[in-house]
Amino acid sequence: MARDTYLNAGRRAVIEEMQRDDAVWALGEDLGRGGVFGQYKGLQDMFGPARIADTPISEACIMGAAVGAAMTGTRPIVEMRFSDFALCAVDELVNQAAKARFMFGGQMRVPMVVREPIGMWRSSAAQHSQSLEAWYAHIPGLVVVAPSTPADNLGLLKSAIRCDDPVVYMEHKNLWALEGDVPEGEHLVELGRAEVAREGDAITIVTWSAMRHACLRAADVLATKGTEVEVIDLRTLWPWDRDAVFASVRRTGRLLVVHEAVSVGGFGAEIAASVAEALHHHLKAPVRRLGAPRIPIAYAPALEDRARVSDDAIINAVQGLIAPRTVA
Amino acid sequence: MTQAANIDTERLTGLLQLMQRIRAFEQAAIAAQKEGLVLGAIHPSIGQEAVAAGICTNLEQADLMLSTHRGHGHTLAKGADPLAMMRELFGRAGGTCGGKGGSMHIADFGVGMLGANGVVGANIPIATGAAHGLKLQGSRQIVTCIFGDGAVNRGPFLEGLNWARVFDLPVLFVCEDNGFSATTRTATMTGGAGAGARAQSIGIPAIEVDGNDLMAVDTAARAAINDIRAGMGPTLLHAKTYRITGHTAVDPATYRPAEEVEAQQANCPIARLQSALTLAGVEAARLAALHTEALHEMTDIAAQAQATDWPDPALAYADVQDVGNPAERAF
Repeated sequence: MARDTYLNAGRRAVIEEMQRDDAVWALGEDLGRGGVFGQYKGLQDMFGPARIADTPISEACIMGAAVGAAMTGTRPIVEMRFSDFALCAVDELVNQAAKARFMFGGQMRVPMVVREPIGMWRSSAAQHSQSLEAWYAHIPGLVVVAPSTPADNLGLLKSAIRCDDPVVYMEHKNLWALEGDVPEGEHLVELGRAEVAREGDAITIVTWSAMRHACLRAADVLATKGTEVEVIDLRTLWPWDRDAVFASVRRTGRLLVVHEAVSVGGFGAEIAASVAEALHHHLKAPVRRLGAPRIPIAYAPALEDRARVSDDAIINAVQGLIAPRTVA
Repeated sequence: MTQAANIDTERLTGLLQLMQRIRAFEQAAIAAQKEGLVLGAIHPSIGQEAVAAGICTNLEQADLMLSTHRGHGHTLAKGADPLAMMRELFGRAGGTCGGKGGSMHIADFGVGMLGANGVVGANIPIATGAAHGLKLQGSRQIVTCIFGDGAVNRGPFLEGLNWARVFDLPVLFVCEDNGFSATTRTATMTGGAGAGARAQSIGIPAIEVDGNDLMAVDTAARAAINDIRAGMGPTLLHAKTYRITGHTAVDPATYRPAEEVEAQQANCPIARLQSALTLAGVEAARLAALHTEALHEMTDIAAQAQATDWPDPALAYADVQDVGNPAERAF
């Protein structure tokens, strides 16, 4: 193990996969200068401008070109800077990349990774802060990944690059500097497998991306009060690890889903509904979701905070769910 | 009308045969749709056959092509099997896409036909990317991207052409200009001089050609394709043609004056090539036989398609994705 940042772990994943497979290349704006956050720093010197390709500010064409390039046998890594900007390329991702294999009867695959950083990040306001993972989880054909730790960013990004399906890979902008233990040598994390980030028997919290860390902080506080919370980090939203979630909820009898995205229509709704449908008789309390109110994300910190799920909100939600139920 | 003194009558007769087969294929498809056998929307290219034939005859089978929702002719001209195509239109097993795509998504990767597309202009960035992929791999293949005149008003046209120029990619862009964006005259929706002028503003050479003149399309396409294969980067061919039918097979196209359609029927590329070949000494009976043979071939193919089984319903779950494959587990 070595200490490294979430950002460097992702950069290492790209380097290792490009060294392993000549068909892997990256395309996007400003990659030669390292990308917006430095995820590609020095890579153009290592691999040349053909494989770390600077492109026009042309999101639709970046995404569409990746689809065509994937069809012809290369494995593009698409850099979208912010998930918000990827909305300029939704046709290319949703109507083209996700559907091509199916609607052409399996004549080819579209192996591409779309890196779309998500999340709130120091007053970046409404067009640089969204978490839109639920939109893509809704689309047949796409794999959706949202890593929360440096080790997972290494292992999941490597798996995403090797995946023959189009993968929407959503790193969280507020985690770039996060440090953690990262395995040395080859490290792969299987897509579609959750991690139990903390074991407990009082309640299951299912979360992903940056909210993992808020949930773990809340769990630490709750533990001092005698409540042991199980925290499951999904890591992959599609396919999501139903086995891990269901096994945990069967044991704890309680479920809280926590995500940064707007609660309405968020992916937490899918998990809550699935658990309610399948495990009704195991539940000791109603399932509950915690996400942002349905408001755009504001610039001023005091307003931005209204959209943020706080540690206290998680603690309060857990306490509400484990409190003895009273009959009104 | 083009009249060359020393035209290659054998080659051009072959191209006339291809155009007759394209037309007969679509006529059989339209007839089948009227019987409720071909579902969804089909977009005939009757009247536009010279573009498909004139371009594809100059491509190698390994070259790639992307087409529009009006792509039967291009696909046939690229070498796809008409029976597999017809089965696709009928939604049957053995269709080019296993019955999952239908007319608007017809594709045959085996002959380099990377797909018709239901989204206007969406094939342009994909084509540039395919060319980008070929260039990265050092291939000598080129990509042809055919789109309609309506596509030039979408962002992907601008983005795709700019990309192809910036990266000097081996792409032949073909604007198959039939004058209509669905049911609206494109001229009323387009600022400036249109496809060619827009390409030139990006630094891409543009050639305008009479798209109903097979020999003119053939000559222009050959020159452009030779240049592209020699490494000169993208070119745009603007082929002006006319769609004799409506936007779809069930569109009566009452938004066009009858006189206009009649005049265009007289300008039909098949009739024009027949006249040129007759003048060049090819027997009229031989040319007439091509028409009859094509009709018989495609009528028979439609009957075979109708007699083919439907796809296994379980295949609805296949080829969605490998990770989280819905066939493995019903989520």
